[in-house]
Amino acid sequence: MNIAKSPHTIRTSGLGSCVGVVLYDSSKKIAGMVHVMLPDSELGKSTKLNVAKFADTGIHAMLELLKSQGVRPFSIKAKIAGGAQMFQFGSNDTIRIGPRNVEAVKKELKRYSIPIVAEDTGGSSGRTIEFDPDTSILSVRTVNAGTQEI
Amino acid sequence: MDSKNDITEMHLDVLKEIGNIGAAHAATSLSQLLGQKIDMRVPKVELVTFDEMFDLAGGTEKVVAGIFLRIEGEVTGTMFFVLTIESATQFIRKLTGDVAFSINDVGDLGMGASALQELGNILSGSYLSALSDFTSLNIYPTVPSLSIDMVGAIVSFGLIEVSQYSDEVIVIETEILQEGEQGMSSLAGHFFLLPDPQSYRTIFSSLGVL
Repeated sequence: MNIAKSPHTIRTSGLGSCVGVVLYDSSKKIAGMVHVMLPDSELGKSTKLNVAKFADTGIHAMLELLKSQGVRPFSIKAKIAGGAQMFQFGSNDTIRIGPRNVEAVKKELKRYSIPIVAEDTGGSSGRTIEFDPDTSILSVRTVNAGTQEI
Repeated sequence: MDSKNDITEMHLDVLKEIGNIGAAHAATSLSQLLGQKIDMRVPKVELVTFDEMFDLAGGTEKVVAGIFLRIEGEVTGTMFFVLTIESATQFIRKLTGDVAFSINDVGDLGMGASALQELGNILSGSYLSALSDFTSLNIYPTVPSLSIDMVGAIVSFGLIEVSQYSDEVIVIETEILQEGEQGMSSLAGHFFLLPDPQSYRTIFSSLGVL
């Protein structure tokens, strides 16, 4: 979980069932990225909770971080990518973890009334994503389809 | 056995020992299948962070062939075979007899996919039956699943179960070495056994080191 200001970019590589959530303010040219691994912090079975990896706590923590940087909540927009189903077999709970992460992220963003400007989710390919706060462009690279900008 | 503080060097040594026993059986099976000398060894058993796990498998963005399966029974966990594209191609050529096979279209491996899944079946079956004999625990693998993609995307899927408990994982890493022109080379690949945290106690108590 990190934030970047123009001219710096922010990236995460090798997203599979995880979802990369970019929250940005295009006028202030600042962006934060959350790497969501699990849909809900209720799934956490440890006493020491790593807030960054759950959709609900991760998005909440990033919003607080952006606010502390002087970003006004109503100017925040989102772009999301990831949530693939990498394998066909597994236990029932984990096999759909990608789609479940995407659903959970959308639910959280809706709760905070943050519009999703672009998304590249689902499928069965891993993604490397990079966001440029200067242009608000998210580039998504997959092994098969090359790089596309959303 | 919930936190890392409960896992000592002795526990990791015991896992290394059972890893070596499983690896020896798996190497024998693979040698017979390929008609070629194969060695396997467990260089280390460690408690690592997720980022370190990706590095062990070649780095998040490296494109590899990943064979994934779940372990079920009295012990649950995840098993991964991570092969470089070159090694995977070589295995497929040997197993199918199609010397011209190449992995260029990731979407459609055809017979190649079956060959790699069979490799997963044989390795996991022989490895886990050795483990099962040694611990007297009932352990069996699921059907293997295959993906050719980035290490991060493949390996993170296997960390989902663990990530509900912790940000670290016990990894039993196994190197697959094959005989080449310059002796044994370790290029063939790796496989990883990641027991689910709730199985740590079962494993250690079956071995009398709880």
